[in-house]
Amino acid sequence: MVERALPEIPRLGGSVAHRGMPSWLKGLRREPRVVVAGGYLLLLLLAAIFAPLVSPHDPLEQDLMLNTLPPAFSAGADPGYVLGTDSLGRDIASRLIHGARVALTVAIVAALAAGAFGTVLGLLAGYYGGWVDAVVSRLIDIWMAFPPVLLSILLVAMIGTGLTSVILAIVIIDWTRFCRVVRSETLQQTRMDYVDAAVVLGRSRWTILTREVLPNVLPVVLVLLSLEMGIAVIVEAVLSFVGLSVSSDMPTWGGMIAEGRQIIYHGWWVMVFPLSLLVLTVLAFNQLGDGLRRLTDPVMRR
Amino acid sequence: MSPALLSIAGLSARLKRPPHTPLLRSVDLEVAPGEVHGLVGESGAGKSTIGKAILGILPGAIELAGGTIRFCGEDLLAMPAGRRREILGSQIALIPQDPMTSLNPSRRIGDQLTDGLRLKRGLNGKALEDKAVSLLRDVQINDPEAVLRRYPHELSGGMRQRILIAAAFSMDPKLIIADEPTTALDVTVQKEVLRLIRSMQASHGTGVLFVTHDLGVVAQICDRVTVLYGGMIVEQGATADVLAAPSHPYTAALMAASPRHDQTGSGMQPIPASLTAALQGELARHGLERVTHA
Repeated sequence: MVERALPEIPRLGGSVAHRGMPSWLKGLRREPRVVVAGGYLLLLLLAAIFAPLVSPHDPLEQDLMLNTLPPAFSAGADPGYVLGTDSLGRDIASRLIHGARVALTVAIVAALAAGAFGTVLGLLAGYYGGWVDAVVSRLIDIWMAFPPVLLSILLVAMIGTGLTSVILAIVIIDWTRFCRVVRSETLQQTRMDYVDAAVVLGRSRWTILTREVLPNVLPVVLVLLSLEMGIAVIVEAVLSFVGLSVSSDMPTWGGMIAEGRQIIYHGWWVMVFPLSLLVLTVLAFNQLGDGLRRLTDPVMRR
Repeated sequence: MSPALLSIAGLSARLKRPPHTPLLRSVDLEVAPGEVHGLVGESGAGKSTIGKAILGILPGAIELAGGTIRFCGEDLLAMPAGRRREILGSQIALIPQDPMTSLNPSRRIGDQLTDGLRLKRGLNGKALEDKAVSLLRDVQINDPEAVLRRYPHELSGGMRQRILIAAAFSMDPKLIIADEPTTALDVTVQKEVLRLIRSMQASHGTGVLFVTHDLGVVAQICDRVTVLYGGMIVEQGATADVLAAPSHPYTAALMAASPRHDQTGSGMQPIPASLTAALQGELARHGLERVTHA
């Protein structure tokens, strides 16, 4: 009787296949800024890694006879110095390339460390809840009450200057950005039925957290990492602008902006080029992050 | 009657925090091997709570306040966690309510379908893939090799529910808890899924506890039925008997409230206020109140 009451079972499937272009490539076509920003950043990274090979001059080499030469496109320029020289006769292009080393080292290391720390705490808080969540959440509340730039200057002044201190300061301040978002994302994922399904299969809580929940949280972390790299570049520039970053025998964008500021009226290029590169780089990181978010959003969280 | 596969006795549950609102009041329930047992009631009646208590996935806010859940004679609530984990998944499986959130969006269908076989049966490689393909064939999915490599968002709700059914039957369990498996599907897909569950259940000889709010579904698929109201059993018996001659006025009202396609123009009948009042009185005698927010 029961069998008769129900219709035949039609077969499903087969038609879902989309052949041809892999789906990630289609996504990139939809989000060209990921390609543009990513391409620019990759180029910058390569220039930073191979800085001694690609820079036309030694970034520290001074030649007072050649001081404040204008960039190559203006009158009175020396074609050997494409972006001109600063007040000590150092090649600006070479200094920008070497400055990228500091900027990108800080960006990558600080963002990864802050990301790792914040993600672990956020996962634990979101998944286990209870007192773990209470402690982590209150910690974030307290942390977010400090003004970040002032706190970073204070921290570096306290623990001393240098690359490690700058990275440490950024990690100490910015782990909350990851922690907050990862916590709420984990909370949301943990309520999904697939987590219950995994419990019913007899999987342990740890396995569920690392194998089931974490992969769904990672796209968000990826986006945040990109945004955080942009922030780290700014913080490093601010700290080197006020002279609290690496020592002065290493060119930094922030340091170059500080030097250029003093001679802005008779050598605008000394300040404008590092500033433009800084803005461009931060913009690229933000665009990359935004593009990645759009790429991962509609597909993964439908 | 054969010895019970699942035997729930005196099961009570309540909210963990004061005022400890009761959610289940001394529920007795038996599922025989190979039987489809319907568990019906309106929202908040406690039907899902029973299913979740069996599977050990009660939300943190709910606690059990007494009773036993025996599976093949062993008390699921009293046994060590390790033994319980052995039984869950391999002998008791779940067909969840919402196919959209019950599959992990970041894992391929094949991996999720075969979790149990890998974890509990130690299958891998070619044997595992062959088994996965045959599982999908069993639930009438075409081109199973391709579907195994897909992600959940690439499939329709009906297909996902079939995959969840395949996953539930993959370990050849003795008991399946079907938690409103058709509620999230549209009516045409619903019928197919029901038929699929019924035919799979019959060929595997699986006992099914079928949680639903839909008496129409009960009529189509269940051998026996338990009607819940406010965490309390109001009626229990063979589906044909209960639906033909409901002994409790609530069951009759629930039937009258179901839309019927064979009686045009009759419309839907709301559950009469007088009956609701009587039921509230009955609950009050047991020291209960109806939960409206569960």
